[in-house]
Amino acid sequence: MKGPARTAAELGGPLALVLLTALISGTLSTSRQLEFTNAIVMVAIVVALYVFVGNSGVISFGHVSFVAVGAYLAGLVTVDPETKSFTMPGLFPVLRHAHVGTLSSLALAAAAGGVYALLVGLPLMRLSGLPAGIATFAVLGITYNVLYYWQKVGPTAQTLTDIPESGQWTLSGGAIVVVVAAYAYQRSRYGRQLRATREDPAAARASGISIYRHRLLAFTLSGALAGLAGGLYVHQLGLITPDLFYLDLTFVTLAMLVIGGVGSLWGAVVGAVTISALNSFLGDAENTVHIGFRLTLPNGTRLVTLGVVMTLVLVLRPSGITRGREFSLGWLRR
Amino acid sequence: MNWGQAIADAIALGSLYGLVAVGIGLVFGIMRLVNFAYGELITAGAYVLAYTNAWPAPLAIAACVAAVVALSLAMERVAFRPLRHSGASPATMLVATFAVSFLLQSVYLLAFGTRGEIVGTLGQLNSAFTVAGVDIRWIVPVTTATGLVLLAATAALLNRTGVGLHIRAASQDFRTARIIGVRANRVIGLSFVVAGVLAAAVSVLYTVSNPLVQPQMGVPITIFALIGVVVGGLDRLWTAALGGFAVGFVYGMCADLLSSQSSVYLPSVVYGLVILVLLLRPVGLFAPLRARTVERV
Repeated sequence: MKGPARTAAELGGPLALVLLTALISGTLSTSRQLEFTNAIVMVAIVVALYVFVGNSGVISFGHVSFVAVGAYLAGLVTVDPETKSFTMPGLFPVLRHAHVGTLSSLALAAAAGGVYALLVGLPLMRLSGLPAGIATFAVLGITYNVLYYWQKVGPTAQTLTDIPESGQWTLSGGAIVVVVAAYAYQRSRYGRQLRATREDPAAARASGISIYRHRLLAFTLSGALAGLAGGLYVHQLGLITPDLFYLDLTFVTLAMLVIGGVGSLWGAVVGAVTISALNSFLGDAENTVHIGFRLTLPNGTRLVTLGVVMTLVLVLRPSGITRGREFSLGWLRR
Repeated sequence: MNWGQAIADAIALGSLYGLVAVGIGLVFGIMRLVNFAYGELITAGAYVLAYTNAWPAPLAIAACVAAVVALSLAMERVAFRPLRHSGASPATMLVATFAVSFLLQSVYLLAFGTRGEIVGTLGQLNSAFTVAGVDIRWIVPVTTATGLVLLAATAALLNRTGVGLHIRAASQDFRTARIIGVRANRVIGLSFVVAGVLAAAVSVLYTVSNPLVQPQMGVPITIFALIGVVVGGLDRLWTAALGGFAVGFVYGMCADLLSSQSSVYLPSVVYGLVILVLLLRPVGLFAPLRARTVERV
């Protein structure tokens, strides 16, 4: 395929999947709709993670920190100030008095995620390999610990509630922004240079590419998108606790990325949608579903089945469902 | 606060994490694989102990070791070996160990529920004796001694036996070792057996002080030991062991000495130190001065 057609396909595939999910969710009952909008938010988080992990080849265990910061900020600034002064009197005055609309809160979330990632990345991007992974994990540990106990930045271990919820169109709009930004970055000069450092660090360095600077740029962009995704998450759920933003979300989003295919944007989107769909389906199957025949799984088997399927996919298809390739219409012509 | 007691407790905790770190470091050295599912081996051992409370202690411990070693081998055979043969990337291997960890946790949840089980085996080791005005629980010297003995045994296995030579060769350069006749599956299998024995020992010792067994109990143990491995230096077993010991020791000391008011931020302090160490010495705190970074995973 030629350039523009290829771009259209590579970007169109992921966008179509997001829009399709939003479209279907509009036709469903409320509880079912939540599962679909959750899938859309997961797409945003996994794509944000992909911008750094996929392009740089360095694993980050810390991205959920940026999601958390975005979520808490977007949540806090949209809650009614009167409610806040009642439920969280210890909050920083700025946070206590702030009251903005959903869209502004999402912009703030993205900015906060980006700034936090930049500050963290400045020292940490000098590391690579496992030390980088552990250091980013330490950042997550600190973020979780602070959100859990510091009354100036949130309701600590209590649930943050009364956050205005958004419909599927706002959420998918946000996810589309994340996907488009990720694609624009990976096709840009900077994105290509970072991908070169992933493939062969020595050769890239010899061509005058600074690994540190390109990783830092990707980390910051990725943090901003993760912050935005966090904002979407909080407006999807309407209530959050610190426990949402710790090990489970870290492992689930990394698993989604790798199972979809860590090397491509399409892989990130497919991984997020597939695992979300599988999770919802197995949840239903515990209460009997009809798929040509009646299927009833014993209670509690959802997680076990999910674990088995994830392990199987990785063993049978180690480079992911998409094998790390972008979406393409090439197979239509064969 | 009694310093002697705090130090004794911290040494015991350090020894435990040192053992876990060796179990993780041994497999990492050969396969370049960080096994996140290692903690689930410890949990499995703890469940075996919880269900054999009525048995005589030696029998219960033997059952625990057998079950954990079997599980460790099964993990390698079913998940990691096929992945290794298909040439999976380090990221895939790592996420596969998450998946196995997640799978085992959900199996425990399904089989045993969230409520938790209590281990009674060796509970008598919680009684204390007094030395120079300091009360020390028996488990403290027992843990430390067991840790040292097992470390020495692992070192002897690696340094004094033929198969140990193969393991060391494989962890230096896996490909070349295979070319000159080291049998990959055997060496890897054996390292999973040793890692399993160490995990079982940790199950036995850990549950004396923390008798409540829950599906997710292995997760924090793995994470702290892994941090220890990386902070200490993952290229060598003894640096990994020291790193594990250091993290356990520092954590034990801080937990005992800080007031409950400020100890809520203890994890942040420990993580902050970890970041600092990694920035100043990415090759590891205890690595030899000229050591170079391993650029893998």
